[in-house]
Amino acid sequence: MALVEISDVHKSFGALEVLKGVSLDIEKGEIVTIIGKSGSGKSTLLRCINALETINQGEIRFEGQPVSTTMPNLRTMRQKVGIVFQAFNLFAHMTIERNITLAPVLTGKVAKSEARPLALDVLERVGLADKIDAYPEQLSGGQQQRAAIARCLAMAPHLMLFDEVTSALDPELVGEVLRVMEEMARQGMTMVLVTHEMNFARNVATKLIFMHQGRVWEQGNPGELFDNPQTPELKSFIGAAA
Amino acid sequence: MPDLNFRPIWRYQDQLVEGVLTTLLLTAVATIAGLVIGIAGAVLIRSGPKPVRWLLRIYIEIIRNTPVLVQIFIIYFVLPSFGLKMTPIQAACVALSIYFGAYAIEIIRSGLDSIPKSQIEAGMCLGITRMQVLRHVILPPALRNIYPSVTSQFVLLLLGTSIASQVSADELFHVAGFIDSRTYRSFEVYTLICLIYFGLVISFKLAFAALGRLAFRWPVRR
Repeated sequence: MALVEISDVHKSFGALEVLKGVSLDIEKGEIVTIIGKSGSGKSTLLRCINALETINQGEIRFEGQPVSTTMPNLRTMRQKVGIVFQAFNLFAHMTIERNITLAPVLTGKVAKSEARPLALDVLERVGLADKIDAYPEQLSGGQQQRAAIARCLAMAPHLMLFDEVTSALDPELVGEVLRVMEEMARQGMTMVLVTHEMNFARNVATKLIFMHQGRVWEQGNPGELFDNPQTPELKSFIGAAA
Repeated sequence: MPDLNFRPIWRYQDQLVEGVLTTLLLTAVATIAGLVIGIAGAVLIRSGPKPVRWLLRIYIEIIRNTPVLVQIFIIYFVLPSFGLKMTPIQAACVALSIYFGAYAIEIIRSGLDSIPKSQIEAGMCLGITRMQVLRHVILPPALRNIYPSVTSQFVLLLLGTSIASQVSADELFHVAGFIDSRTYRSFEVYTLICLIYFGLVISFKLAFAALGRLAFRWPVRR
């Protein structure tokens, strides 16, 4: 059984069908990158995986359980699936420590007395231990995004979703975030990324998905797909991105 | 300009203190009850069942578009014919709570609306409950955003408690009328009352400013 099983998923916003029958399996330990033009449905697909969007047809299973906005264990599922957003979405009124420990404490994952050591631990993994008492607005974009990743890590997720996490960053800050993600990949985290970082997709990912017009257009080994695209759409996408 | 003589008034200092305390009591009760109505109403008007939202809408529109004096008269003089008899203070408390609640709903609703959907989403994605998201993610920044409106509405409420004098609740303005009728020192009485109201409001404003600086310390982008 794959960690995530996506079968024939359709999703419409009003009259616009964004996903037109997507099927995809994500195995434990895989690093899956989803690339494609804007409007191809890649972010929507990602958001369907943790039930941020309701799907109109088809099925998504996480650890064997059907995922939906009305599923019985919605919160338990979300505690196991971390998501990092393009705009960081840290809570501006909380220190970094509290941003990180809020959910673990509220869900009873750690005792209050264990919260700060937990925050320190995950912040060390993203290289931000010295910022534990800062507020989000006092950090650079790259630091905020690493703090947002640390917030997810604190829940010890089984799967992490990344929705264009470097797209809002200044170019010189992209590297620090990608390095953190590479390290997570090395440590065996299962990751699904929607990204425009072609080098990451090529060198770190274990599987590449190319989406086009709401469908999985091509998928497979990143190296092979980049070197030998089968469809003219992927060929031109790679050409445009390079 | 009449010659000033505050001495006759001074004999009524006990009543004046009582009046101030009653004014503060009315303000406190209406503030607390109004904020409870405001928070519950704002949450319900955003995401409650449709009939509830309609009822709240009607409540808000009636209260905000009719004179508070009429509202207080209805509660004190009309409700007794339906078997609901209250003392002047009770009637004033109920009327002012209902009045403040209607404004509080609208203010708090605007505060909740000011929080971007992405913040709520980020909270929900952490696997915490809706109530926890409301309490920890939405309310603190929402309160900060509406703090100036809430405090100025509070001032309007404090000054508005003087209307309770019309159902002979012994608040400050009612006491003023009483002293005036005994001493005929209108100028002195109403000057003093003005100063007391002014002093009360300024004290609260200073306290709110200090409280706001203490409670809302996180840096925000402007």
